[in-house]
Amino acid sequence: MIPVFFVYFSVMSILAGILTVALRNPVHCGLALLALLLHVAGLFVLLNAEFLFAAQVIVYAGAILVLYLFVLMLLNLKSDERYLHTRYAVMLFAGVAICGELVLLFLRSPFHGARGDAPASAVLKEGDSYAVGIKMFSEYLLPFEIVGVFLLGAIIGAIVLAKTPTAADVEAE
Amino acid sequence: MVPLSAYVAVSAILFVTGLVGVLIRRNFIIVLMSVEIMLNAANINLVAFSHYLESMTGQIIALFVIAIAAGEAAVGLAIIIVVFRGKISTNVDEMNLLKW
Repeated sequence: MIPVFFVYFSVMSILAGILTVALRNPVHCGLALLALLLHVAGLFVLLNAEFLFAAQVIVYAGAILVLYLFVLMLLNLKSDERYLHTRYAVMLFAGVAICGELVLLFLRSPFHGARGDAPASAVLKEGDSYAVGIKMFSEYLLPFEIVGVFLLGAIIGAIVLAKTPTAADVEAE
Repeated sequence: MVPLSAYVAVSAILFVTGLVGVLIRRNFIIVLMSVEIMLNAANINLVAFSHYLESMTGQIIALFVIAIAAGEAAVGLAIIIVVFRGKISTNVDEMNLLKW
């Protein structure tokens, strides 16, 4: 059953990715991106990463995508007559060539490596959230705190950048 | 059993899709969306290797990537709003001033 779901999720996510890049109307692109994010979340379930599945749906599809759609609606962009770059054909050809090369290379590679300490049976016994939590708050505590500080900086930066200029600011310029 | 290389191939296709999107689209918001596609491709890679090499580290890093993507989206969209308020188009090939 898992190969069937893998094929479905991967084909749908690739199609949604291509639509995100190719559609003309920006709002349609946002909706295609939503489809991509949800199908990638499905791939995470196949890989026994339920916590990441939840984080992907809540943070990506729930928060980031709503932010994108909100800004799109706020700016009310009209879709341009010429929505691609002038020399897009060259980039498209290079992209397809690189893609074919990479896929050929990756499908032939064996990919072996040293095994870690979390085999699927051990993870499934307590659940993925438990395993992620134990690892996150012991070994990766410092990076976790740094990400917290980074998010605070991003919030402050966004507020400072996007705040409406007051009369005093305009005079100072 | 799906081989690891299948996941890596899917992630490579998605990554190149995002890369092409960054290169060919003119709308800044779509360029940011293409960056999100690339980050998602990297996440698939991280989680697939984490599953097949039996280590939790990949999933932790994928969570950090999601957090970084949230910050990137917030700051990028704030920049777009400022540029749009300055009556400059949001097409990347027409934005060529750092200050106006």
